[in-house]
Amino acid sequence: MIETRNLRKRYGDVVAVDGISFKVEPGQVLGFLGPNGAGKSTTMKMLAGFLTPSDGSAAICGHDVVESALEAKRLVGYLPEGAPSYGEMSVLGFLEFIADIRGLGGETRRRRLDDAIGRLSLQGVVQQSIDTLSKGFKRRVGLAQAILHDPKVLILDEPTDGLDPNQKYEVRGLIQAMAKDKTIIVSTHILEEVHAVCNRAIIIARGKVLADDTPAALEARSRFHRAVSLSADNANAVRDVLVRIGDVAAVEIDAQDQRVTAFPRAGKAIFGAVVEALKSNGIQVREIALEQGRLDEVFRQITTPSKEAA
Amino acid sequence: MSPTRILFRRELASYFATPVAYVFIVIFLLLSGAFTFYMGGFYERGQADLQPFFGFHPWLYLFLIPAVAMRLWAEERKSGSIELLLTLPVTMGQAVAGKFLAAWAFIGIALALTFPIWITVNYLGDPDNGVILASYLGSLLMAGAFLAVGSCLSAMTRNQVVAFILTVVACFLLLLAGFPMVLDFFRGMGLPQGVIDAISGLSFLTHFNAISKGVMDLRDLFYFGLMIGFWLYATTIVIDLKKAD
Repeated sequence: MIETRNLRKRYGDVVAVDGISFKVEPGQVLGFLGPNGAGKSTTMKMLAGFLTPSDGSAAICGHDVVESALEAKRLVGYLPEGAPSYGEMSVLGFLEFIADIRGLGGETRRRRLDDAIGRLSLQGVVQQSIDTLSKGFKRRVGLAQAILHDPKVLILDEPTDGLDPNQKYEVRGLIQAMAKDKTIIVSTHILEEVHAVCNRAIIIARGKVLADDTPAALEARSRFHRAVSLSADNANAVRDVLVRIGDVAAVEIDAQDQRVTAFPRAGKAIFGAVVEALKSNGIQVREIALEQGRLDEVFRQITTPSKEAA
Repeated sequence: MSPTRILFRRELASYFATPVAYVFIVIFLLLSGAFTFYMGGFYERGQADLQPFFGFHPWLYLFLIPAVAMRLWAEERKSGSIELLLTLPVTMGQAVAGKFLAAWAFIGIALALTFPIWITVNYLGDPDNGVILASYLGSLLMAGAFLAVGSCLSAMTRNQVVAFILTVVACFLLLLAGFPMVLDFFRGMGLPQGVIDAISGLSFLTHFNAISKGVMDLRDLFYFGLMIGFWLYATTIVIDLKKAD
């Protein structure tokens, strides 16, 4: 479990994290979203015990990250941004070092090493020095290091950065497989990742929490939520038909691919009415889809200083 | 195994995983040999002792030890591994001590490899081996003090070159403080003897010379212990202050 209360971090006059409070329970995978410089990494560094909060508190399973730092650090597996490690060491040497310092011994040590190496498919490179590995492998070594002691809490700063699509898929699978009994925080820029692994998302910008919800609920904030998009030969004719439907708030035609999107009025479902109208007007569509909502649009809407406030 | 020991082992092994260790040891041995025989006049003096050998150690260390110390923390900060290290279940003190002790042990290995000169002097004459042992100990302690200064200054920057230069300057001042010329300069300024003694008491040179004469004064040992302790403690503070940037 992770709990933060009014967590703050100042660098001189700059407030990087400005009073963040949240609580994450075991079984939750929390996605940490935000633009660059929003305070994601700083928050994670404080949770991992690297930086000392300027104000407020954070606790890992009840252990305060400042008061009982060692106990908190023992419970956390942490992948720092950029997955740093000791380049001159071999992968196995590095992981053995981590195992020693994490106090793993005997049978457990061997089993945990085998498990971490297996889960991240590092078997082929265990004897290579880390400096000679590709970016993807380095990242996986960092992940192996983080999960080595089977921690209760995992804090992963951009775990899939620099991985190819296949490796991303594997790492997401890995996170999901471990999610059952662990508390996991993942920071990412990649919004599709939130869908793939997280059951909760926090959007922060300028050091403040701006949204805290499930990915689905966040999507529902999008104006694309429950919108209907379709492609047909005569886009303008389609538009003329759709604007006459009562629950349709607006119809837009994409300038590039001529795709027509009909937006519903708040809380209304229009898919049935749209299909009905198209049929009764004898319009042939090539393809039609019900939109779930677009996370990237919600993200932009939340994190850019708002137009509606102006 | 204690965390300090695990860190110590990892650090020491990392010296030998790169050419750094071998280059350092070879240069250290070559220079100390050259100084002893050419500049120190080891043979010409006709005395069975290692004074010309140990006499150059402070100046040898002045450039070689900052080269070892500069990577201690600057490299960790540059590569970001400091973030990994300090989020492992180790205390700051253990991390600082583990890294320092590994570097010190490494210098100790280089120093131990000068043993042929000890064999030589024993073969050629009948030296006082007690004095030689004391000198080795004094040299090692002085190396530790240089290294502790370097550890602290290395933590201040992520640039190893800056760390090197700062350490050379700081160590140079600490050496210089015991130089007769410098002390005469202060005496010329009309400072009281107490102040002159205090300045000379700060110097590595004063205490090293005392030990290497074979005089084991507790105060000299205490001085180096205190120096090392102080600079290592300063290291922990500097890391705490600077780790965010």
